[in-house]
Amino acid sequence: MRRRTFTKLLGAAAATAALGRLRLARADEPFKAGFIYVGPVADFGWSHQHDLGRQAAQRALGDKVKTTYVESVKEGPDAERVIRELAVAGNGIIFTTSFGFMNPTIKVARQFPKTKFEHCTGYKRAENVATYNIRFYEGRYVQGVIAGRMSKSGIVGYIGSVPIPEVIMGMNSFIRGMRTVNPNGKIKIVWINGWYDPGKESDAAKALIDQGADIIAQHTDSAAPLQVAEQRGVHGFGQASDMIKFAPKAQLTSSVDHWDEYYTQRIQAAMEGSWKTEDVWGGFKAGMLHMAPWTNMPDDVAQAAQSAEDGIKDGSIVIFKGPINDQSGKVKVPAGTELPDADILGMNWLAEGIEGTLPQ
Amino acid sequence: MSGVGWIVPVILSVISASTPLLLAATGELVAEKSGVLNLGIEGMMLVGAIVGFAVTLSTGSAILGIAAAGAAGAGLALVFSVLILLLLANQVAAGLALTIFGTGLSALIGKGFVGAAVPQLPKLDLPLLSDLPFLGPVLFHQDGLVYASFLLVAGVAWFLHHTHAGLALRAVGDSHDAAHAIGYPVVAIRFAAALFGGFTSGLAGAYMSLAYTPMWAENMTAGRGWIALALVVFSTWRPARLLLGAYLFGGISILQLYVQGLGLPIPSQFLSMLPYLATVLVLVLISQDRMRIRLNAPACLGRPFLAAG
Repeated sequence: MRRRTFTKLLGAAAATAALGRLRLARADEPFKAGFIYVGPVADFGWSHQHDLGRQAAQRALGDKVKTTYVESVKEGPDAERVIRELAVAGNGIIFTTSFGFMNPTIKVARQFPKTKFEHCTGYKRAENVATYNIRFYEGRYVQGVIAGRMSKSGIVGYIGSVPIPEVIMGMNSFIRGMRTVNPNGKIKIVWINGWYDPGKESDAAKALIDQGADIIAQHTDSAAPLQVAEQRGVHGFGQASDMIKFAPKAQLTSSVDHWDEYYTQRIQAAMEGSWKTEDVWGGFKAGMLHMAPWTNMPDDVAQAAQSAEDGIKDGSIVIFKGPINDQSGKVKVPAGTELPDADILGMNWLAEGIEGTLPQ
Repeated sequence: MSGVGWIVPVILSVISASTPLLLAATGELVAEKSGVLNLGIEGMMLVGAIVGFAVTLSTGSAILGIAAAGAAGAGLALVFSVLILLLLANQVAAGLALTIFGTGLSALIGKGFVGAAVPQLPKLDLPLLSDLPFLGPVLFHQDGLVYASFLLVAGVAWFLHHTHAGLALRAVGDSHDAAHAIGYPVVAIRFAAALFGGFTSGLAGAYMSLAYTPMWAENMTAGRGWIALALVVFSTWRPARLLLGAYLFGGISILQLYVQGLGLPIPSQFLSMLPYLATVLVLVLISQDRMRIRLNAPACLGRPFLAAG
């Protein structure tokens, strides 16, 4: 067979296969929901928690729903291809779980107006694209309160990923919580300019501990910093999931992402036809953020942590309520005013008490 | 951070950051000296990491784990060698395929091991040396793989330049046709060199998952295999320079983290770039003498060997 003929036949076969997957859902078929993760489910962090949410939704909705996921999808052109494949495969709702999936999601959503899309941590919406996120910074405030009480040196070592508003608001919230207990508390930052590199995260933790930090906080995805904290006999906070197994004596608590109810509700809404585009930014009150059990701390600290969490939940504690100054002492939030969500989302300055720079 | 109290922790961190690079690059240097270009270091490291971790977790013996990791790396290198030495596949393509394969295979094996923990590789003290005032705790209170990395570099340097077998290996790498004409078994030597490269890459992976951060996480080497590959070229295929390169890169990688902690107004992205910049800079400086580079580069690197006649 000549090569050209072979290639043509191959192309025809591929096209047929692709077409074959584009099926119209029949009434008796389960509703399909697709998930795209930026990392592996086995990362024991960000993507792991999303998958737990997916599994919970699958259990809650049983036979009526069929969920599938694709993991380790890199942000960029690959993402667009995968999102489109999920849409073509007949998924009625697709969840894209990383900021970098924003533009591909919008693009594919335009071409599949009947499919619903939900983009996590983004800000672009459309009639069939909703956005959702967790107020992780609420958890950081509680961590800060704990750190203020537990730190003897008054220095917290914070391992930063990339200097984007989500990370910055977490740091600012942390120092706010810490300074309600210790007005001289400090945060030292080391940026690893990435979300995941266990080796580098471990080195960053060592560097911070060597420079006087006795509490380690992180916005990166592996359990390596907590491991170092355990080895060095200091304390730290887990990230995205409960990391107590890696640091039985070092972990104080963990910010745990909780997507179960959210995913169940949204898939159900899409199934029943009541789905509408919206922007959900839930924290403690919405039940989307949990704190892992308070461990390795005296009872009064645990109580203080619980009060902080309860205060945020019932609204008596407003984290970004002025006066708040930035590192240079300039007033960023005047006394008595509360920073609106839009300004929190665009936060690009570090609060007083944080040592370290933000690239301009 | 006060006085000189921080020097020892920094040096310790530098040693642990540089060791995986040194281990993997040493084996690759031997392979490349024989003419085999193995781009699959990252894949072999990852497979070594998960196998080492899994065996250590299951048997409780770190030594078994390390041995298994080396064997796993060599096993992957065996697949690669069959492809390029017997089937004469393109070495670059096969190496890249090996990386992708190793990454996926390690993730597959590792699925059941996420969230598990093993005790960190114990530090071994040497009888008199560990009691030396400054060098004692710094150089002679390390785990077995760190000592192994130094011994390997020294051993490879001696082997390549002071033994007949090393001469044969270099001859194969410089001119496989001439070596074949003399009667050296070219394919067998390249096989052995490639397997050695795989073995040390496996050891480097085991270091990552047993000593550096005692856990398994997908893709935990995060590109170190590629850095090791670049270090081999940086070293102009000389083991002493390899030691320098690995420690230069590892050292600056660690120092930039400490500098960040000091709170100086230097952008962190620039500091992250520094190890690569420094390596390139030093490479430019030591490459002034182009003749010496040509003398050391294996002329038949990456070229398939077909016995003529």
